[in-house]
Amino acid sequence: MGVLEPVVDVQPLLEIKNISKGFAGVQALNKVSFSIAPGEIHALLGENGAGKSTFIKVLTGVYTRDSGKILFDGQDFHATSSGHAQTQGVSTVYQEVNLIPTMTVTENLTLLQQPKRFGLISPKRAKQRALEMLERVGLNIDPSKQLDSYSIAVQQLVAIARAIGTKAKLLILDEPTASLDAKEVLRLFELMRQLKSQGISIIFVTHFLDQVYEITDRITVLRNGSFIGTYATKKLPQAELIHAMVGKSLDELTSGSNRETSDSADDVLRIQNFGKQRFLKPVDLSIAKGEIVGLAGMLGSGRSELCEIIFGAQAVDQGSMEIAQNAVHIKSPKQAIDHGLGYCPEDRKIDGIIAELSVRENMILALQAKRGWLKPIPMTEQKAMVESMIERLSIKTPNLNKPIGELSGGNQQKVILARWLLTQPTLLLLDEPTRGIDIGAHHDIIAIMKELCEQGMSLLVASSELEELVIFAHRVVVMKDRKKVMELTGSDISQKSIVNAIAQ
Amino acid sequence: MLNERTLPLISAIIVLLLLYGFGSIAYQGFFGLRLAGYLLTDNAFIIVTAVGMAFVILSGGIDLSVGSMIAFVCALMALLVVKFQIHPVVAIAISVCVGTLFGTVMGLVIAIFKIQPFIVTLAGMFLFRGLGYVINTQQVKIDHPFMSSLSEFGIIIGQGELNFVAIIMILFLALGVIISRYTRFGHNVYAIGGDAQSAALIGVNVPWTTVKVYALSGFYSSVAGVLFAVATGSAYPEIGIAVELDAIAAVVLGGTLLTGGVGYVFGAFIGGMTFGVIQQLINFDGTLNAASTRIVIGALLLLFILLQKIILVWAKKFSAKGSD
Repeated sequence: MGVLEPVVDVQPLLEIKNISKGFAGVQALNKVSFSIAPGEIHALLGENGAGKSTFIKVLTGVYTRDSGKILFDGQDFHATSSGHAQTQGVSTVYQEVNLIPTMTVTENLTLLQQPKRFGLISPKRAKQRALEMLERVGLNIDPSKQLDSYSIAVQQLVAIARAIGTKAKLLILDEPTASLDAKEVLRLFELMRQLKSQGISIIFVTHFLDQVYEITDRITVLRNGSFIGTYATKKLPQAELIHAMVGKSLDELTSGSNRETSDSADDVLRIQNFGKQRFLKPVDLSIAKGEIVGLAGMLGSGRSELCEIIFGAQAVDQGSMEIAQNAVHIKSPKQAIDHGLGYCPEDRKIDGIIAELSVRENMILALQAKRGWLKPIPMTEQKAMVESMIERLSIKTPNLNKPIGELSGGNQQKVILARWLLTQPTLLLLDEPTRGIDIGAHHDIIAIMKELCEQGMSLLVASSELEELVIFAHRVVVMKDRKKVMELTGSDISQKSIVNAIAQ
Repeated sequence: MLNERTLPLISAIIVLLLLYGFGSIAYQGFFGLRLAGYLLTDNAFIIVTAVGMAFVILSGGIDLSVGSMIAFVCALMALLVVKFQIHPVVAIAISVCVGTLFGTVMGLVIAIFKIQPFIVTLAGMFLFRGLGYVINTQQVKIDHPFMSSLSEFGIIIGQGELNFVAIIMILFLALGVIISRYTRFGHNVYAIGGDAQSAALIGVNVPWTTVKVYALSGFYSSVAGVLFAVATGSAYPEIGIAVELDAIAAVVLGGTLLTGGVGYVFGAFIGGMTFGVIQQLINFDGTLNAASTRIVIGALLLLFILLQKIILVWAKKFSAKGSD
């Protein structure tokens, strides 16, 4: 599939040959091979879990590879740490600025490489060196000031200045644009082009597909740890790129089954012009009683962000919200719960479960919070509720006092679902409810979702699995680059139409 | 020069000057070289301890073992000089080496097993105190002509005297300032205190830097122990109790943030001297008792931390306005 790019004529700067890396039985990278030419901007793309971060860590020596070969500048390359990789000419800049906020720009730029005089650091020469490094990235700031007195965008450029230092040949930018605004992104791109003209190669990891088309020469796609292909950016239509990333060819994306749109007029939620600067562009959306609205989009498209601002986990700075036709201002998740909302976040291990607590304790958390901590729920009542949920959702646990961390992923997900069902929400927000769980539990959860909406509950479900959305959603909202780009209803919903909407 | 980095130190200096100025106006004989020399001597071992502590706090850690270390080093000195008849110069070298080694071991435990410094140095605090008692439980006089000549040595300046203890303190203060500002190790300490994770990604050897920080603190507190032995000519296992807290207070009074990464080693000197001046103010007043020193220092510490916070908020606002 796709247009496989022939090997470039010049000797590649970096050659990756059959790199593999596994963690406790999970193959995170499986025989990945590609190459990067000198002075090339190369996009490394893939959904969550595709293996991008693992690849970067293997390349920079944070992880040791299980097998495979890396040639850098024609030489065998074996970095033992990110510091070592840097001295070899491979530098990485991460999304979060990895510098010391409490030190000056000069101290940050010269850390570990301070110029010395008579065995001691010479502040004068250090400042001079810092100014030279800043000049290389076109940054005109006072390096004697503390780093955190500058904006994130400037700090990002300082990080790049440090990364390219004096002899970097390959720069890895891991989601550098995620916290920048449009103007700052342009400035970064200008710098990237400038570095390219100096012969520096750049590996650019991002979720913003438009940026890929704006700046990169070639694209390498990873999926589930496997190498999918390397393509010339100009020759690869966006729709094909998305197919490569999600793993379905255009022909497979058949039209979804027809379904009736919920015709009930009473909206449980209506948001208008609802957004937050640098987080999510304003969104209009309404959800009717008993309706399942799907949220489609690539990772970083704004799926999770929309759930978060609706639930009050992030403060909005514009727009209005109505719940059951009443204007409300939700400022915290607690208020959202009081208004009948529930939210199962994307990464249950981080945001959802408390691994050491028992199934029962995890399940009653939200209900207890809703009722207030001063009114403890009697143990008998707790047990009755939890037992009925275990039966209703067929949660596989030996008893209700088992620590939730010892259950399988699918059963953990069901417990989280049960947690919110106990609060009897009118609208439940589910972010990737089926991620990382086995097929059986997958079907169970979809069945439960359908049942809930038949009982009159409304659901907003964000998912990266298009085929799943097509099965259960009455309506699909397509997100892209932190913006709502399309709304599909009824028979318009198909994997193909969703992909086309994203690719537009 | 005046920015959010230097402001806490500058305000600490201002507080010290205000206290000193107040004393000079209010009390006869407060101002002058005589008291100045006395202040330097009397607070030397606190300041030396605080210089080591400053490195620990700048790195984002804490060292509770320094007070016990002083008692242990004194006891060890007494044992070596009195019982084993070893020349004091050799005894000093051995004591400082042993102290530094103990600091290094604590640093290794903290760095390798990733245990909170609070716990590890708390264990060290009990351990060194106990070792001091093992050596002797009584007050012992360290009688040796060389020790006496050290404590009697001094440079007369006008009415004041800069004696051996004060000179050593000034030398070790200067050494600390140079290490913190002009060596890679010093900058690495600031880096791991500012953001250990980022420092590691930049390539700073965080565990090794941590080990060196506690070794340095062990070194400085054992030097303080030697100074104590020289100044008092005796050893007693119950000296130095709660000195770790005085040292922490001196570092904080000197404008160093307890969260790490921000401050100056020189601040330890300012903080230690502030301590001394308050004590002298109470002495000169004559109507207040020793307990008042503690109360005043407590109040001042609280006031100072509030002042730091206010200054920082103010500085941020000001710089935000300036950049508009």
